[in-house]
Amino acid sequence: MKVLMFGWEFPPLSAGGLGTACYGLTKGLSINGIEITFVLPKLMAGINGKYVKLRSAASKKVKMIGINSPLQQYMTSESYRKLVQGKESFISQASTSMYGGNLLEEVHRYAAQAALVALEEDFDIIHCHDWLTFLAGIEAKKATGKRLIVQVHATEFDRGGGNGVNQQVYDIERAGMHFADRIVAVSQFTKDTIVRHYGIPADKVSVVYNAVEKSECTDQFKIGGNEKIVLFLGRITLQKGPEYFLYAAKKLLDFRKDVKFIMAGTGDMLPRMIELSADLGIADKVMFTGIVRGKEVDRLYRMADLYVMPSVSEPFGITPLESIINGTPVIISNQSGVSEILKNALKVDFWDVNDITNKMLAVLNYSALSKTLKEHGSVEIEKFTWERSAREMIRVYKRVLGW
Amino acid sequence: MVSVCLYFQVHQPYRLKRYSVFDIGNNHDYFDVVKNRDTLKKVAEKCYLPANKAMLELIRKTDGKFRIAYSMTGVVLDQFEEYYPEVLDSFKELVNTGAVELLGETYFHSLSYLYSKSEFIDQVRMHEKKLKKLFNYKPTVFRNTELIFKNELAYDLENMGYKAVLAEGADHILGWRSPNFIYTPKTCKNIKLLLKNYRLSDDVAFRFSEKSWGEWPLTAPKFAGWVSSVNGNGNTVNLFMDYETFGEHQWADTGIFEFLKSMPHEILRHPHNNFKTPSEVVESYNTMGELDIHFPVSWADIERDLSAWLGNTMQRSAAYELYRMEGAVRASGDASLMNDWRKLQTSDHFYYMCTKWFNDGDVHKYFNPYSTPYDAFISFMNVLNDMRLRLNKKEDNNAKREMLHECARS
Repeated sequence: MKVLMFGWEFPPLSAGGLGTACYGLTKGLSINGIEITFVLPKLMAGINGKYVKLRSAASKKVKMIGINSPLQQYMTSESYRKLVQGKESFISQASTSMYGGNLLEEVHRYAAQAALVALEEDFDIIHCHDWLTFLAGIEAKKATGKRLIVQVHATEFDRGGGNGVNQQVYDIERAGMHFADRIVAVSQFTKDTIVRHYGIPADKVSVVYNAVEKSECTDQFKIGGNEKIVLFLGRITLQKGPEYFLYAAKKLLDFRKDVKFIMAGTGDMLPRMIELSADLGIADKVMFTGIVRGKEVDRLYRMADLYVMPSVSEPFGITPLESIINGTPVIISNQSGVSEILKNALKVDFWDVNDITNKMLAVLNYSALSKTLKEHGSVEIEKFTWERSAREMIRVYKRVLGW
Repeated sequence: MVSVCLYFQVHQPYRLKRYSVFDIGNNHDYFDVVKNRDTLKKVAEKCYLPANKAMLELIRKTDGKFRIAYSMTGVVLDQFEEYYPEVLDSFKELVNTGAVELLGETYFHSLSYLYSKSEFIDQVRMHEKKLKKLFNYKPTVFRNTELIFKNELAYDLENMGYKAVLAEGADHILGWRSPNFIYTPKTCKNIKLLLKNYRLSDDVAFRFSEKSWGEWPLTAPKFAGWVSSVNGNGNTVNLFMDYETFGEHQWADTGIFEFLKSMPHEILRHPHNNFKTPSEVVESYNTMGELDIHFPVSWADIERDLSAWLGNTMQRSAAYELYRMEGAVRASGDASLMNDWRKLQTSDHFYYMCTKWFNDGDVHKYFNPYSTPYDAFISFMNVLNDMRLRLNKKEDNNAKREMLHECARS
């Protein structure tokens, strides 16, 4: 089976979970014998030349195509405008190539190019990841008549964190979902959003959960002294609930002082969070790292005694799985897809700062709890492999193709 | 001759609240009064009252040929008195028929035997007093929490005056031997061992409504046939189960009550069958031999060991921390501290922290007031921390008082 896939980012140059998920799924599919042509915006990925090979055992099965475009995942019209005007951007690998006056125009232009790629390639099914690629998927389907699967890693409702949605983005998401032959959601949580907000019948949506790659890191890292470390890692945006992390940190420090809090990542709320930590009088206890990538991420997990993901709306959330792979127990919000499948984690409502504090302290104070979470977590995590996710995805492909 | 020996366990714990770190030092009410009262009422109406009524009718209709035993924990009796005295009245009526035996156990349904013999003995004596007060009854047969048993327990019980003790008829202790005879535990002289026939017990308790089971539906004549087939190669069929089997674990619409009402008549139809209570069984039959049970067995899960309560690090740590407080709690002389400490010993609290079934998403969940074993552990440990604060305060006060007395004398 051959799949034409449209994506937006790919490790190592990715800003969030989408790139990780695309990489994992692609690898899992290729191990299961699926051939994939993966189309990416060329400039963003720093990809030179037309084809790129994946560094994996099954690399022969994956071919990558870059289309000239400065588009990046997690972009807003505002950041796109800044980007094409050559001004600063909060995403580091900014390109200054001039295309289109605004983000949506670019999405349309990219879609037209996608149709051309589709006509040249040989494949059985089209699979696209999140709204930026949905128009490309639609055009590819129109041009070739092949079946279309759209995979939803996040919706505009997640990104808005409860603060409204961008109507044009919503329209594209909705159009893609309606034009698709089948929708794949990364969790039941996301499926529910799709059904509730996009007018899609529940039986058109399959759930395929994400997974996690084994960590290659084996080193142990400790900051000197006996201080405990609690980690936040992710984009520092409304969706991720960074302020709840800080409020809980403040409360925790009333109980014990020998704890440091690390906020790793960047995002539009970073300046406000730095201010907030000062306002709360805990600036000396909170460290901001900025962007972390690759090995640094594993090191952070290993350094920490506890990872907290207080997301307001998290369609899936791969980071807790990465933390467990690195031997660090996790607290995750109930408002996340990963909480549907991960058992050996402590779960909280993101707004319940007292409960977050209670559970943070329990992990730090009761070594038996931390030990049991680690022991059982490391066994459970073995189940969440990309090969397994890929097998479920192949079932969806076959169902759509009637194979 | 085959005697059917029925024993039902009656127990409800005092469940804890969700007790957070912010409660420590501020709030000493650990138990969820509303949940405990509501649960007791629900179980009383679904199980205790209708089942007691059925038992009473059976005893009367058979002129006392139908005979049964109950083991009722002190904490369930307390809750009956507080929340539902009618249930207690119906148990009294049953005991008054003379066809009902009551068994001894720890007042708090605790694992104390594994941690503190002095505490164990105190709780057994407390329970005996409770039975004396409520039923004017003195137990002579003992069942330990969760049917946890080892040789040493029998030895201690013998010294405490008990003449028999119940245990699980687990394959790994019996080997080729049958649970349908009486045994003597190694190192003991007089005390007898009654072993649960887990196949026939679990046919009722667990498999009754299991439609994928080959023998479903289980009818009274079929079951009586299985029991009668023991004639010639056994003296007693020991059917031990939770009383909540009737109406709670097996809901009324499964037909469990109809089964209960007709089963005794079907069994008595066979002229060589009868019903006996545990103490009658040990008086009627000789022991078949000695059994050596060096490591603890229980009636839980496939493992029949302690892993449901003490299987993971959290459980062992919680139990260790709890029993470590014994000396301080006793020294405090504070009755309410003592009572709270003992209610925390109820084995259910440790069962809620069990991860082995949690990871398979199985049965324990139904009985668990917490959404995860981790939540159970966190509340429990937070409560212990509050207890420790209370103890420290008490010690400080006692020390001060001592000093003042000292000054006054000199």
